[in-house]
Amino acid sequence: MSGPMTRQTEGNPDAREVVLAARNVAKSYGNVHALKGVNFDIHRGQVTTLFGENGAGKSTLMKILSGVIQPTTGQIILDGQPVSFANANEARDRGISIIHQELSLAPNLSVRDNIFMGRELRGPMGVDFAEEERQVRTLMEELEEEIDPLTPVEELRLGQQQIVEIARALSVDSRILIMDEPTSALSASEVEVLFKVIRDLTAKGVSIVYISHHLEEALTITDHAVVLRDGTMTAYAPRADIDLEWIVRNMVGENYDLGSPPDSDKGQVALSIRSLSVPDQTGQDLVHNLSLDVRAGEIVCIYGLMGAGRTELLETCAGRLKPTGGEIVLEGQEISHLPIAERIARGLALVPEDRQRDGLVQTMSVGQNLSLASIRNFTRGLFTSSRAERKLVDDSIRSVTVKTSGGSAPIGSLSGGNQQKVVIGKMLATNPRVIMLDEPSRGIDIGAKAEVFRLLAEGARQGLAVIYSTSEVSECLSIAHRIIVMHKGRISAEFDSTVSKEKIMAASGESVAA
Amino acid sequence: MSATTTAPKQDGFSIGRLLLEGRAFFALIAIIAVFSFLSPNYFTVSNFLIMSSQVAIYGILSVGMLLVILNGGIDLSVGSILALCGVCAGAMIQGVTLEWAGVILYPPVWAVVVLTIAIGALVGALNGVLVAFFKVPPFVATLGVMYVARGVALLMTNGLTYNNLRGTAALGNTGFNWLGFNRLWGIPISVIVLAIVAILAGLMLSRSAFGRWLYASGGNERAAELSGVPTRLVKITVYTISGALSAVAGLVLASQLTSAGPTAGTTYELTAIAAVVIGGAALTGGRGGVRGTMLGAFVIGFLSAGLVIIGVSSYWQTVFTGAVIVLAVLMNSIQYGRGGRKS
Repeated sequence: MSGPMTRQTEGNPDAREVVLAARNVAKSYGNVHALKGVNFDIHRGQVTTLFGENGAGKSTLMKILSGVIQPTTGQIILDGQPVSFANANEARDRGISIIHQELSLAPNLSVRDNIFMGRELRGPMGVDFAEEERQVRTLMEELEEEIDPLTPVEELRLGQQQIVEIARALSVDSRILIMDEPTSALSASEVEVLFKVIRDLTAKGVSIVYISHHLEEALTITDHAVVLRDGTMTAYAPRADIDLEWIVRNMVGENYDLGSPPDSDKGQVALSIRSLSVPDQTGQDLVHNLSLDVRAGEIVCIYGLMGAGRTELLETCAGRLKPTGGEIVLEGQEISHLPIAERIARGLALVPEDRQRDGLVQTMSVGQNLSLASIRNFTRGLFTSSRAERKLVDDSIRSVTVKTSGGSAPIGSLSGGNQQKVVIGKMLATNPRVIMLDEPSRGIDIGAKAEVFRLLAEGARQGLAVIYSTSEVSECLSIAHRIIVMHKGRISAEFDSTVSKEKIMAASGESVAA
Repeated sequence: MSATTTAPKQDGFSIGRLLLEGRAFFALIAIIAVFSFLSPNYFTVSNFLIMSSQVAIYGILSVGMLLVILNGGIDLSVGSILALCGVCAGAMIQGVTLEWAGVILYPPVWAVVVLTIAIGALVGALNGVLVAFFKVPPFVATLGVMYVARGVALLMTNGLTYNNLRGTAALGNTGFNWLGFNRLWGIPISVIVLAIVAILAGLMLSRSAFGRWLYASGGNERAAELSGVPTRLVKITVYTISGALSAVAGLVLASQLTSAGPTAGTTYELTAIAAVVIGGAALTGGRGGVRGTMLGAFVIGFLSAGLVIIGVSSYWQTVFTGAVIVLAVLMNSIQYGRGGRKS
């Protein structure tokens, strides 16, 4: 299972000097405990990889180490001395820099200006643009990327933007470099170059902290593995002692059960997607000529990596995006020309991926969020009936088991999992025939995840057609009757629920060897 | 801020919160108390009625502004629409010459009112279409319409003012000054108009599906859209209502003055925005209510009238009004800063 080690380290990796350490670091956002007392070490000149599912707390920990956010409790120890960083600039001055998962570039500025943003080189005549440009060219040569320093970042494709982000972190000569999913938009050859750069850096004594969802890829580069689950560190070991199975076991947990496919009666085809194509702004297909039938009572899982086109497929069905071709047929009726409200009324509901951005209205209460999609159901004549609304809200809170003090509580007072249940409850309140959930488990803890899946299985038993997308293999092999793997806008494979995790990952193009 | 933002009122009760959430109310009480102490003429029924009829103009504008701000937009054109509509009403009362027919039309006052409001709504709808369909930022779209509407009003009158809008009995178009001068049960008509507008808007916000759509699309437009809220329709509607209410305010003002000038209502949009903000609405959209906005309008109106009565220079009035606005925004950020929105 585990690939060959790609580089030999002198002696026992653990014996190397610890440059940065976290001691009992915890972080809470109101009721949400993102980190619950984590300890771990970063060794000089080595790669430490953090493994963990979405919402395990990896990004939070990295933001604490790089000074972007401050821990609620606990200590950061740099070179044996306790330190606290007020902001990312202070951490950068001490030699710690971070490449964020979300790109933090100014799209309107050139590559050069982005790389030197906030620390422009001063010359006698203001900013020394020539020197900046020269340094950027050197960096790009190192990264084997042909990007002109004067190109505006918005004209680059996503992978190149990620390279610029990496170049920016490299340009500050940091001793500790944190990379949060640096390869998610890179091609295989770009990943190879990045790994070569990482090896050069570690040879120079730079310590790397690496986060990736591509487990095998990460295993080829790392010296240490740290596994986080649910805000706590569950395992820590040097590379030589572990393999892929060890990581998955520790990431997912022993008694981690998301349920099994419900034995529901499969009815008629509820949603039929016929040769659907969806373009991006430049006209390239994000979803290409894709066809898929989902029957009533059936649960279909769509698995794919970032950029596989899952979100675009679901948002097109919901009516947010316009397709260039193809048909969307809901219970025998073509709906691709209808507005969103009409699709919801006919029984097609979407629970979007990003609940903060697309799912919730933060200024409204729990109850108002729950009833938002079904206002017509409690409107009598001109006015809404507050009694009918209260009933709908109370029923929803009960049926999706939202833990809240009541419908009038502010939505921000709920934990991530309960907020997600509110978004799901909102769409279930419209009495849909087909419900689509885009990464329903994103950023919620395992308990809430299991409850969400139980809810979906229950819906399927009552004849609801369920489609959910995920980037976690373990979530494919749970309640889904059928697993569709998407890769670059197409269906690359289709499995039943007995397939192995390895087959699913292989079909998604995930195990690209570096 | 009001019943419209938190539907079931079963929240906990605390003095600090009461003071914070009722700040516009307490500010109004304080203003009335201070000026009543400073001047014996302030605390009289006749003075309150005079002040209220002045507040009516700003109040009507600020209800429209509230709807737009709840949607996350802003409407800078209300002062200009007010002037344009006043001028249109004046022109109609003075007689519309149809040269091809060789007649001068004198529409009756009710027709003048209906047509004027329709013109205001149309200009407002233009704002809405620019914002909703052409994705022009509200600030820019309404800034442009502000200039255009003002310019058209100046063109129509050649910069002059229509005086004597009392109409002629022989032509059957008298009664325009009824709006501005008459009273029902001792209350100026303009105040009654304001009350009706405020009550209708309050009902719409708290009880109708449209009100819920408005709060939702102001709070998070993407989420509202995915929940089936017709966000474009909501946008166009709020700008249209704001335009129509500007026309109503224009009619009231022209009637109070029995004249209509193209420079009327200059900077009124800023006063309306100030009233909405003092009333606790968030400029980012989604939070606020009619009750707060009304209090905001009265705070501004009673404050400046009080300063006039005790003989403070008008330059100081400007300073005071500005200070109150800044204070109100500070309070808003205290109220909305904690909890709620997480980045």
